[in-house]
Amino acid sequence: MKRLSWFNATSLAFGFAFLYIPMLILVIYSFNSSKLVTVWAGFSTKWYVELAGNEAFLEAAWVTIKVAVISSTLATVLGTMAAYAMVRGGRFFGRTLFSGMVYAPLVMPEVITGLSLLLLFIGIGMDRGVMTIVLAHTILTMCYVSVVVSSRLVSFDRSLEEAALDLGCTPFDAFRSVTLPIIAPAVIAGWLLAFTLSLDDLVIASFVSGPSSTTLPIKIFSSVRLGVSPEINALSTIMIGIVTIGVIVASLVTKRSVAMRAKQERDAE
Amino acid sequence: MTDNLEFTPWADPSQKPLIRFENVTKKFGDFTAIDNLTLDIYEKEFFALLGPSGCGKTTLMRLLGGFEQVTSGTITIAGQDMANIPPNKRAVNMMFQSYALFPHLTVAANIAFGLKRDDLSAADIDARVDEMLTLVQLKQYAKRKPHQLSGGQRQRVALARSLAKAPKLLLLDEPLGALDKKLRTETQFELMDIQEKTGTTFVIVTHDQEEAMTVASRVAVMNHGVMIQVDTPDRIYENPSSSYVADFIGDVNLINGTARVVDGVVTMSWAEGQPKLSAKSALDFAADAACILAIRPEKVNISSTKPGSAHNVVRGKILDIAYLGNISTYHVQIADGTIIKAQSANNRRLARRPFTWEDKVYLSWTDTAGVVLAE
Repeated sequence: MKRLSWFNATSLAFGFAFLYIPMLILVIYSFNSSKLVTVWAGFSTKWYVELAGNEAFLEAAWVTIKVAVISSTLATVLGTMAAYAMVRGGRFFGRTLFSGMVYAPLVMPEVITGLSLLLLFIGIGMDRGVMTIVLAHTILTMCYVSVVVSSRLVSFDRSLEEAALDLGCTPFDAFRSVTLPIIAPAVIAGWLLAFTLSLDDLVIASFVSGPSSTTLPIKIFSSVRLGVSPEINALSTIMIGIVTIGVIVASLVTKRSVAMRAKQERDAE
Repeated sequence: MTDNLEFTPWADPSQKPLIRFENVTKKFGDFTAIDNLTLDIYEKEFFALLGPSGCGKTTLMRLLGGFEQVTSGTITIAGQDMANIPPNKRAVNMMFQSYALFPHLTVAANIAFGLKRDDLSAADIDARVDEMLTLVQLKQYAKRKPHQLSGGQRQRVALARSLAKAPKLLLLDEPLGALDKKLRTETQFELMDIQEKTGTTFVIVTHDQEEAMTVASRVAVMNHGVMIQVDTPDRIYENPSSSYVADFIGDVNLINGTARVVDGVVTMSWAEGQPKLSAKSALDFAADAACILAIRPEKVNISSTKPGSAHNVVRGKILDIAYLGNISTYHVQIADGTIIKAQSANNRRLARRPFTWEDKVYLSWTDTAGVVLAE
């Protein structure tokens, strides 16, 4: 391992400090025993205990998880299908337009996505609730899944599918028994990415949520406007933990499958 | 392999071909990959498609496998028109160039993959997998994943998988391309052995002419989507129909000249003031029509004194000598400037070699050694 020069080491330290000191402070203060957020009065886990008894927060957490699981699953199915159509479809009519439009939500300002969805739901007379958040999150996260899966499909040896057809599979059977197991790591990574994105989305959710369906980020944001409580710190710490685990698992899954593939290619030579 | 001497279904008009191509054309956009091709392949044949890359041989195979559809013409397999029949509905299996083994499945599961798509009991599948593993001598590797195998072992798994469903026809796309030369030669004999044991019709695509000559009962030489010659390996080598085939298969000397035919013997003038060459030929030429004499290097004799009995004697000068251990190839320039390669076995030690560079020598061959071609 090469040693860093003092310049690189300093910039790295500054970079990390800039990124993580705010979060670190939040995590530390979540273990503060004082009710005042800015005054340290000793270590305590009482805010976590209190949080566990707070019905409103637990309700919001349940809604958030429900939305994240359903929307990321829907997004994974749709995103994988879109990726498959784009990579395997060849030069079908409207392909460039289609792929451009699949990736558009990546760069579209969330405020605009949220607003347009709100107008749509009002227009078709759909009551805002869990369902509308699920739909909105599916739209938001599908393109991320599609990016992850299509980058795997591009390097997928097409003759594997042809071999499956040759051995008697229908095209769907070939996809299910050969393509899907092989691209599974990318699909799982896409799901985890969609899950974490849905978990921490505030902007779109606040447009399309109804009174009965407050997600955790909305709940936190509205509570903070009445003043930051240590309870919020505790809740945020838990969310940071979940998202961190999600991202680490997703990257480990991807990394492991890349390493596996590299090994197989090496062995194949 | 003694049966193969008798195995000539293509010469028997009462035999029905297993595969029949009738006026098949395949275009990709403006590019014509297969150009109005007509061909019969018979049951139990080991048929080799040989040609340079881009000649259409792989396209021909993919048409048989059902991965491409013909632009015009018909392909029938066992009397059934193959138009619009998808790959999974054909009694044809293919062994892919990349082997296309499923990386997430074990060797046994790879072989069982196709069988599970048929209505077979688990016991029948296991028995068949076992049989296949024995055939390719991989019994102790049944539980391994493909990436834990060597290149040669993977090749055998791919072969076993494609044979497991007992197809009427097995397509092999450059099956030995990824193996090193020594392993390739061994595997060629294994392939022939397995083909004979299973009685399956094999169609193999290769760009390696030695491989095609070794394994095949008939070889088809292709170029630009057209069959140039379809014949047994020995006829392709000894009686090429054109200088393209003669040049593509092995080494050949081509001498240009004009022909006069008398009683099936061509008398060929090839250079001013030089004695004419004579060769027996089944072809008829108009008087003084242009012709090419094709003759293999090993059939050209080289000597320092004028041989008495040979039909054709040509003088020349040695330009180069390639010493290959068992044989030597002499590059000899003759009167019209053509360089003729003559090969002779080194049955004496090198120090005793009778000729060296710049020596004037005599080249000679009989009137049946070469072939006279029109083009």
